[in-house]
Amino acid sequence: MVRGRIIWVAGPAVRAEGMLGAKMYETVYVGEERLIGEIIKLTGDIAFIQVYENTSGLRPGEPVYGTGQPLTVTLGPGLIGSIYDGVQRPLTSIASVVGSFIKRGVHVPSIPLDKKWKFTPTVKKGDRVEPGDIVGVVEETPLIQHKIMVPPNIRGGEIVEIVDEGEYTIEEEIAIIRTNSGEEVLKMYHKWPVRQPRPFRERLDPVIPLITGQRVLDTLFPMAKGGTGCIPGAFGTGKTVTLHQLAKWSDARVILHIGCGERGNEESEVLTKFPEMTDPYTGRPLMERTILIANTSNMPVAAREASIYTGVTMAEYYRDMGYDVLLVADSTSRWAEALREISGRLEELPAEEGYPSYLSSRLAEFYERAGRVKTLGSPERTGSVTIVGAVSPPGGDFTEPVTTHTLRFVRVFWALDPALAYSRHYPAINWIQSYSAYTETVARWWEENVDREWSKLRHEFYQILRREDELLELVRLLGPEALPDYEKLILDVGRMIREGFLQQSAYDEVDSFCKPEKQVKMLRLYVKFYRLASQALERGVPLKNIRAMKIIADIIRAKSMIPNDQIEKFDELEKRIEEEFREMILAVSTQIVSR
Amino acid sequence: MSRASGVEYATIREIRGPLMIVDNVSGVAYDELVEIETGTGERRLGRVIEVGGGRAVVQVFEGTQGLSITETRARFLGKTMMLGVSEDMLGRVFDGLGRPIDGLPEPVAEEYRDINGDPINPNERDYPSDFIQTGISAIDGMNSLVRGQKLPIFSGAGLPHNMLAAQIARQATVPGKEEEFAVIFAAIGVQNDEARFFRRSLEESGAISRSALFLNLADDPAVERVITPRVALTFAEYLAFEKDYHVLVILTDMTNYCESLREISAAREEVPGRKGYPGYMYTDLASIYERAGRIKGRKGSLTQMPILTMPSDDITHPVPDLTGYITEGQIVLGRDLYRKGVYPPINVLMSLSRLMGPGIIAEKKTRPDHGEISNQLYASYARAVQLRALSEIVGRSGLSEVDLRYLEFGDLFEQRFLKQRYDENRTLDETLEIAWDILSTLPETELTKIKEETLRKHYRKKTT
Repeated sequence: MVRGRIIWVAGPAVRAEGMLGAKMYETVYVGEERLIGEIIKLTGDIAFIQVYENTSGLRPGEPVYGTGQPLTVTLGPGLIGSIYDGVQRPLTSIASVVGSFIKRGVHVPSIPLDKKWKFTPTVKKGDRVEPGDIVGVVEETPLIQHKIMVPPNIRGGEIVEIVDEGEYTIEEEIAIIRTNSGEEVLKMYHKWPVRQPRPFRERLDPVIPLITGQRVLDTLFPMAKGGTGCIPGAFGTGKTVTLHQLAKWSDARVILHIGCGERGNEESEVLTKFPEMTDPYTGRPLMERTILIANTSNMPVAAREASIYTGVTMAEYYRDMGYDVLLVADSTSRWAEALREISGRLEELPAEEGYPSYLSSRLAEFYERAGRVKTLGSPERTGSVTIVGAVSPPGGDFTEPVTTHTLRFVRVFWALDPALAYSRHYPAINWIQSYSAYTETVARWWEENVDREWSKLRHEFYQILRREDELLELVRLLGPEALPDYEKLILDVGRMIREGFLQQSAYDEVDSFCKPEKQVKMLRLYVKFYRLASQALERGVPLKNIRAMKIIADIIRAKSMIPNDQIEKFDELEKRIEEEFREMILAVSTQIVSR
Repeated sequence: MSRASGVEYATIREIRGPLMIVDNVSGVAYDELVEIETGTGERRLGRVIEVGGGRAVVQVFEGTQGLSITETRARFLGKTMMLGVSEDMLGRVFDGLGRPIDGLPEPVAEEYRDINGDPINPNERDYPSDFIQTGISAIDGMNSLVRGQKLPIFSGAGLPHNMLAAQIARQATVPGKEEEFAVIFAAIGVQNDEARFFRRSLEESGAISRSALFLNLADDPAVERVITPRVALTFAEYLAFEKDYHVLVILTDMTNYCESLREISAAREEVPGRKGYPGYMYTDLASIYERAGRIKGRKGSLTQMPILTMPSDDITHPVPDLTGYITEGQIVLGRDLYRKGVYPPINVLMSLSRLMGPGIIAEKKTRPDHGEISNQLYASYARAVQLRALSEIVGRSGLSEVDLRYLEFGDLFEQRFLKQRYDENRTLDETLEIAWDILSTLPETELTKIKEETLRKHYRKKTT
């Protein structure tokens, strides 16, 4: 292995000489404390290294050790439920070694080496296996059956040995494959370089929605399984809460939450609340399907750069088992800033706002790792990685480089609006600016599985909001009294929709998660109300009578008064609306008659 | 860092801005502390911010004024900057580097700590959820402060942010628990009389014996400002996590801190980010703000209240912007309210406490109606403000009857709920009862953020 010597130190950037033979992106150990680093530039025998730990006290002359390996993650049973830093060191193990504050130079295994897992083989001696084939399974948690696969980076061949069902640690040999180029030993884990996407057989269309239980997302701007999306917003607009909601409620099987340069107390919220919460689909603790990566803003900046690759590689691994995985990255702006900081230390020529010129290609590479795919190997299976990245634009300005480049590579845009957040309209997703390119592709799923009129209702519903937005412009100039009654009605219904449908409280037990069937019932309720109210106006019912209807408050409160398992109550509510309107119309016509 | 300290160099190559470059050094470490002796025998401190090729770049805390190439000596001390800490430091006044300036002898240190601290392992953090009653309605009722939170005050030049911070420092308690806060005050480039105001306020309330002041005043060296908050927080961490204190740290003014950071960055000829501030300012600020919190299994807590003045009241300026992305919310002061004579002039619509939702409302730590009231006040006041703007264009005649009730509500909200005296300490119950008084001026049907059963219990029906 290469062994060099430090010649220069400035923050997370280190230069070392005597590094001839070292490779780009090779992992190295820096200094006597063997801090973890990665080579990011080579000139002659000088290597530029980004160090994943605090470099305070490091001095020229100290050694640098090459490893010959790129930065890898360890993939095997034991990942689920873990909490990692940016380079896959478990935070619990770090704490048990050095206490509550993170010190450097700690080397701990990524997944427990001594834990025994019950392995059940699914192939037998003499079987032929190819990369990606499942050779056995492990019950990793009650929710996740971990498939032990032939790693994609070795050749296929014949199983010459496989262990019986039983308890094994990840270091024990479980199978031997005879390939053309010799024998390969399989263990329950393998390593994979984080910057290299894992291979698959074929990409599939994103036609299945990712259900999040958040009305404004699912109904108006749906995400597809295997899709990409971003959620930009100034501070205080509720990015983090929205992402937490996704991680809690979405119907993906495995959740990867990357806290990338964010707040420690918010990570702590995830870390303390997730274990207490249950998965709405199975009733099991959420942590049984979740992997967390927490590299808070005050942890070393280079590890922040690595964290999203660490995360997406683990996501791909579970995708390869045939699971739908949701990866949430909060926030990609902090990741881009880490890139900028390192680039600055290397004295590279900056592009916009000091960001390196390769910012957009790095973003593209990252988001391209999402997708719904047919995986390698047999039995045949499909899996997906959905990526949602938060963006934190400076000053809430969506024209800054990270936001604009991200928008080029994602298909869903959930724009957060400070004006909504200031009036505590949460989630503060602006329904005029936002878009989803999956609305058409997932419509079929909604129509086949939930309600055949979904597209129609959604369209009608959205038109009310769009008209309301136009009218509000007008009102700002003329005042509401200048509008005719049928337009005032649009404003009234728009306001009802904002309060009763678009706003959704993350802290209300009933409202926090809204299942698809309930969403459509509510959609129908508002569309119905608007249709009936327009008819009533035409038949001469005064607007003030409609405004005085007590049932309006019931409609608005229905989101938190009618739980997911009692949605038949919406039908009763709908009937009451119909009756009340019928009576109002009747009253008007009798007046006319009696006159 | 085991090397014997005290290697001395006279090979100064260059002095520029706050930086000094020393040639032909060996064995010097990144971040090492440097003692600088001027020709006249005066001593200053600095630290290594870049080392390589036999050359060390030293940032001089007390400034480079009066240093010469020939007569200056640099001694590399073989350690990073440490602060000696002990409980005896309470009741004392220090300079921006942690040296006593109250004429009393230096306290005997119980231990030495690196002023940069280490990041708290996120998994070891305890989620903050103890409500702090500040006695101020706009904060307690709508933007609750929680033990272990970092909640900044975004202010503007000339607004009463110091009064507000002093009032909070004086009144903050956790209801039901009689533990008092230790107050650590770090002045970062503020004027002399502001520091004196704080000191007097702490003395008058008797809180001075459980306080410590770290003062870098406007006429003190600018580069020292990047050290002052770190020194103060190092002492605060010691009190909170070793000695079980509940500590409230007030850092004022973080805008000055960022100015110093920019000055150093410019002297190093780094590629600038927005408005000339360095690209790593987010990370740098995080290394200060993230030192707030609670740790599992330890009794103490560290709550931060940084104060910053927004240049030309612009909340999108890099200093408030990056701060807002790190802190758990913000209390924003508004000039309009101040002109109307409302103290504290808290612009509630732009203010936010991120820990209030998950920490207090979801857990129902205070009164069960607290969350609903807060949401309703926000929604109703936001509407009142909107209608106020509208009524200026279309006149009151263009508004409906309900709209007019909202306008009235907006005035009541500012005059009865927001406005209070500098020495008025309202309990949370008092705050919430005022809220019900003013909310009840709106028709019951407008209060859609409040559940029916809560309304039945609290809504004040007119008794006519």
